[in-house]
Amino acid sequence: MSTPNPVTSPNPQSLTNGSGAAAILSAGIGSFALAVLAVAADKSAFLKSILSFYKPTGPLSGVTTAAILIWLLTWVILETRWSIKTVALGRINLVAFALLALSFLLTFPPIGDLF
Amino acid sequence: MELTARGLWTIIHGMGFGALYLLACSGALVELHRLTFSSTPSESTPAQTRFLKIYLFTMAALAWAAVLTGAYVVYPWYRAAPPPGTADLTMFPQRLLMSSPTTIGWHSLGMEWKEHVAWFAPISITMVAFVFARYGRDLVHHKQLRAAVLAFAAASFLAAGIAGFFGAMINKSAPVQGGQVIYLTEGAEK
Repeated sequence: MSTPNPVTSPNPQSLTNGSGAAAILSAGIGSFALAVLAVAADKSAFLKSILSFYKPTGPLSGVTTAAILIWLLTWVILETRWSIKTVALGRINLVAFALLALSFLLTFPPIGDLF
Repeated sequence: MELTARGLWTIIHGMGFGALYLLACSGALVELHRLTFSSTPSESTPAQTRFLKIYLFTMAALAWAAVLTGAYVVYPWYRAAPPPGTADLTMFPQRLLMSSPTTIGWHSLGMEWKEHVAWFAPISITMVAFVFARYGRDLVHHKQLRAAVLAFAAASFLAAGIAGFFGAMINKSAPVQGGQVIYLTEGAEK
């Protein structure tokens, strides 16, 4: 199944919404990456060990550093692709909010412990 | 009146960066709400726009300072493991909380949620500050961008609020202590 392209029309003449959309979606993705990594590190001794970048802080150091790198990398990629385009922001907002809401839920221990 | 170095860092982290961020959130949310839902969006002056840009980037700096000092300065003291056979756990807050069924929840739910959820605040508010800086007064023409910015700012406030609440309650039950003692004032007899 092919997903529709969210880019609707390029419009380099005025300030398009692409740059904002890139920032919004990458924030959602970065938050979700943090939540997924936190749950994964809690379940796997191997991940817990390799994500302990800074021993006194433990796996939290790797979980947050990796999530921040994912967030920034995603942001740079999306910014490069969308900065001068007008995109379907309604759908992008919806995805970003859903990811952020899931991130809050996944980091809540009673829910994260279900996995 | 005295204070330990670890206690001072906890104050800088929680009451300095964290509480100041939460206070700043209320102002930002009011202004972003006005910008989003005003029926007749008035053009802000360049000075007002510049002020809000600086305000939002200052908030982002506060949020990053709060999570970084929390994770790399205070948290290692909180989670330090006591040597085997240690009976007095007052210097090991995590173990102290876990040693009693009446306090273990502050760690297993409170700290476990706080240590991760707090990071959504700087990620969200950095995005908000960037979007505002990028679009400035032109944001008036982007209703969906304004809505997203307001929603992420609110989420940032929620994340910081959760982290702040649990931070305060955990520090009340098992304060981070130790390090050099800092004397603030000499006590006076009544």
